[in-house]
Amino acid sequence: MSDRKNTAQADLTLGEVLRKRGISRRSFLKFCAATASMMAMPPSMVPAIAAALEKARRPSVIWLSFQECTGCTESLTRSHSTTIESLIFDHISLDYHHTLQAAAGTHAEAARIASMEENFGKYLLIVDGSIPMGNPGYSTIAGVSNHDMLMETAKGAAAVIAVGTCAAYGGIPHADPNPTGAVSVGDLIKDKPIINVPGCPPIPVVITGVLTHFLTFGELPELDHIGRPMAFYGKSIHDRCYRRPFYDKGLFAETFDDEGAKKGWCLYKLGCKGPTTYNACATTKWNDGTSFPIEAGHPCLGCSEPDFWDGGGFYKALSMPTENITQNIIYAAAGAAAAGVAVGALNRAKKSKAQATHQKVKLEDLNK
Amino acid sequence: MKQSIVSPQFNIQVENVMTWNVKPLLHEIRHSLNRLIETGESSVIDLRSIPLAPGEEEKILTALGRGELRAELDALGKSEIIETQYAGVWLISHYNENEEIIGRFIEVTVMPDILCSQSADMIDASQRLAEALQDTGGNNEGG
Ligand code: SF4
Repeated sequence: MSDRKNTAQADLTLGEVLRKRGISRRSFLKFCAATASMMAMPPSMVPAIAAALEKARRPSVIWLSFQECTGCTESLTRSHSTTIESLIFDHISLDYHHTLQAAAGTHAEAARIASMEENFGKYLLIVDGSIPMGNPGYSTIAGVSNHDMLMETAKGAAAVIAVGTCAAYGGIPHADPNPTGAVSVGDLIKDKPIINVPGCPPIPVVITGVLTHFLTFGELPELDHIGRPMAFYGKSIHDRCYRRPFYDKGLFAETFDDEGAKKGWCLYKLGCKGPTTYNACATTKWNDGTSFPIEAGHPCLGCSEPDFWDGGGFYKALSMPTENITQNIIYAAAGAAAAGVAVGALNRAKKSKAQATHQKVKLEDLNK
Repeated sequence: MKQSIVSPQFNIQVENVMTWNVKPLLHEIRHSLNRLIETGESSVIDLRSIPLAPGEEEKILTALGRGELRAELDALGKSEIIETQYAGVWLISHYNENEEIIGRFIEVTVMPDILCSQSADMIDASQRLAEALQDTGGNNEGG
């Protein structure tokens, strides 16, 4: 958490801060290589990243938490590459984060106001949690409704990062029947650049990767049609899933304990949402790169997609007829990745149809 | 510091046929090596960017093996730089101070950049050496 003693550092570039700390150029190169990897950028970008990071100045960050479970903050603070992240986080000035800051009550609010005034037009606003529009009293901070605090704080922000599926698309609070009238950040803020970093929670290095991108290049990364950074959300789980050869051969686990499950076959029939889900889990993985849900034998829930909670049942197969899969793959002769995109697009269309008819999760779905 | 270049793998049942990424990657390395020989162009592959099944990274590392040279770097945590049994193909593993892996790269090059002394560090070193000599009063006879 920043305090005034850090303001002296505010004018230094990251390169200067590192040199002052006696960090060698060689260490800096190692730092840049790991950072490029963290930002999902090709290693050929390392010199450009080094040049940009060298000159990067310390941004001020205000973090607002609305209707959320704190899972996103938990994820971020368990980010595994502690050395690299601590360098980045020592470099940003996290002026307000009500879970992490020491100050409370009026002091905390004073810190937020002070930071907004000092850095007007320049600070980065990070939001986790959705915003209830049903009744302002559903969620308040220091007596201020989430809506009012968001609108007030967004005014002077350079950009807004919506961390987690709740902030990005409404998430679980927005699930049918949406009792609080939850909306996403993008539903309310229309005049600022918004980066959506969805996931329930997002992968820790994806959160830090996006922050680092902003810190490094001072601009937003390339985004997809629903505001997600292409570097992390550009490919579907299915495109990069190591079980994909089984899918292509039509070899599926039918239950969680059959022969197919034991042999590591595709989890499509157990409800895997990998084909319609865009995220970095299959390559970046979780828990220090250990594994990801599919590797642990569980289908992907699709948590980085809008309305994943209302997708018609976690254990219900996506509605594509499986007997035609091999056929479709053969037609899409452009190669496995292209076929994945095609299947993904087809399933996306079916999924929105399922959403339109508001299918709910039934007990039989779970017992399938 | 992890002693082995092979990361521990969890016991997840996978059929032995799961090698779809190993061969293409080894082919890519061979092409890169030819490029290095013919044009002098180096290449880097970030292992984190490739979707690997449990055990596949291990297979790649085993296939590459260890060559004649191994260097250890102590900078923001350890790094291990080894030349594989194929000259010009290097494996670089970066760890943080908690000994967790933060990046693993295959570099196809004559000499990985990270091993070279950096000019900024050399300028700094020359200054420090000058200061150290001043501290001893420039008397190189002193004990
Ligand atoms: S359906 Fe799921 S388990 Fe099967 S290949 Fe696609 S992402 Fe992997």
